[in-house]
Amino acid sequence: MERENRHIVNDHAPVISISGLFKSFGELPVLQGIDLNLYEGENIAILGKSGSGKSVLIKMIVGLLLPDKGLVTVLGQNVAALNRKALDRLRLHIGFSFQNSALYDSMNVFQNLAFPLTMNVKHLNRLQVTRAVEEALEAVGLRDKIREMPSDLSGGQRKRIGIARTLILKPKIMLYDEPTSGLDPVTSADIIELINLVQSQYHTSSLIITHDLTCAKNTANRIAMLSKGKFSKIGSFDELFVTDDDQLKAFFNYNFLQ
Amino acid sequence: MIHNLKHRINVRFASKGVLFSKKIDEFLCDCSNAFLFVVRFFKEAFTKPFHLNELINQCFDVGLKSLLLISITGFIVGVVFTEQSRPGLVDFGATSWLPSLVCLAIVRALGPLVTALICAGKVGSGIGAELGSMQVTEQIDAMEVSAINPFKYLVVTRVMATTIAIPVLAIYCSFIGLYGSYLNVHEQESSSLISFYQNAFSYISFLDLFAFMLKSVTYGFTIGMVSCYMGYHATQGTRGVGRAANQAVVLTIFLVFIEEFIIVTGINFFRYG
Ligand SMILES: Nc1ncnc2c1ncn2[C@@H]1O[C@H](COP(=O)(O)OP(=O)(O)O)[C@@H](O)[C@H]1O
Ligand SMILES: [Mg+2]
Repeated sequence: MERENRHIVNDHAPVISISGLFKSFGELPVLQGIDLNLYEGENIAILGKSGSGKSVLIKMIVGLLLPDKGLVTVLGQNVAALNRKALDRLRLHIGFSFQNSALYDSMNVFQNLAFPLTMNVKHLNRLQVTRAVEEALEAVGLRDKIREMPSDLSGGQRKRIGIARTLILKPKIMLYDEPTSGLDPVTSADIIELINLVQSQYHTSSLIITHDLTCAKNTANRIAMLSKGKFSKIGSFDELFVTDDDQLKAFFNYNFLQ
Repeated sequence: MIHNLKHRINVRFASKGVLFSKKIDEFLCDCSNAFLFVVRFFKEAFTKPFHLNELINQCFDVGLKSLLLISITGFIVGVVFTEQSRPGLVDFGATSWLPSLVCLAIVRALGPLVTALICAGKVGSGIGAELGSMQVTEQIDAMEVSAINPFKYLVVTRVMATTIAIPVLAIYCSFIGLYGSYLNVHEQESSSLISFYQNAFSYISFLDLFAFMLKSVTYGFTIGMVSCYMGYHATQGTRGVGRAANQAVVLTIFLVFIEEFIIVTGINFFRYG
């Protein structure tokens, strides 16, 4: 299942470009000078300890949080400068898979998927909506769960439904927040497979936040290590893995001993 | 944009360090956030898209949730108030004034107040907990990133729903209360329903009805606004959800009494000059 470690070198402008990004909450500095480019068709995994600011980083990409300093450009647009309408238009191109899936627990699976679609695409008839929902569920392999409530699903199934809910708007960019956290190894492997499938089927570029090295290795073209508010290393798995950085070694060992 | 403004205010508070004391700073920050929340409501309530279906759903939800409770409490208030007022009137041989006395009490004070208190408990805690859990499980963020304005979809519809439904419930509660009173009067003084109602409303002026509506609308708005604010700003996981529900009820009830006082004072100023 291992991916070829091809670097995507691209003369196109990056789909996501982050430069000189700072963010703190009150006295607590979280991000202190982040630079990153994500190119079309590329998957980058962001590794980092819990609490290192990984979620904060991707929340700034979709404009859920505003940077204190620095620039986040997505598909050529400066996220912090957009008004609500323009930001919403941009968000339609970004799929965001939340750490805890964030399924609407008052709605069943069908309604969860139909909701973003019917809210954003006007004049769809019932049949078109049903077809789109079934197609997205098909992609994640959970078509039979269409009438279930989120509370009746397992963790792995909820993650899949969460991903399906973002696929329904056919995003160009996918942001995964810890897609395999809290899942057993077999289910993790399924999610990893799904991430790769989404990339090939929907032609997305992705940022995958994780502290699961297997996930990073099998999904990403490049891996970025976040520590102390900065990317301490960026490179392919092989480049990072052969290292004499003690901190990285400790991190890898920790992951492999698990 | 409100979002930016709020961000700027928070940053300003944070960057200046401690302005007064930490508690006071936090309180001022909360006040400014609450103020911006209300301003945002008025901005977004009158711009498209209007989620009419969701609004109707919420109205029914608010109404049906509290209907039984309001029927029972309204009825009891009517019966008890009549029963307890009778001895005072018997002494003057004035029990024929009982219907109008009870009606004045219900229209001028009890109807809206009882409805608001019941709904603060039933509806307010429900909204606080629901939005609170949506906030801490990132469902609100999920709406936001799928280009749905959660403020419009969740807050505007709920605040409008309580503002519409609670006056209706208050009217219903008042009639149930009067009916309870009638049953009591009928049993003791054997009056007919028609003469009871004619008698009851003889002292009710237009100003009373206006005050009744003004109060119920204000209480409905307060219940919706406070509970949504508390839920929307819930933090720190499941504990935060409980706290949001709790604070929604406590603050709503407190504000309802303050508003009662202000409105009654204002109306009486108008009435008596
Ligand atoms: N909205 C917020 N307000 C205050 N502090 C926050 C907020 N969001 C995140 N933080 C803090 O920022 C740090 C990084 O959080 P996060 O990005 O969620 O970490 P992780 O890398 O585990 O995803 C944490 O210490 C967290 O407490
Ligand atoms: Mg996180």
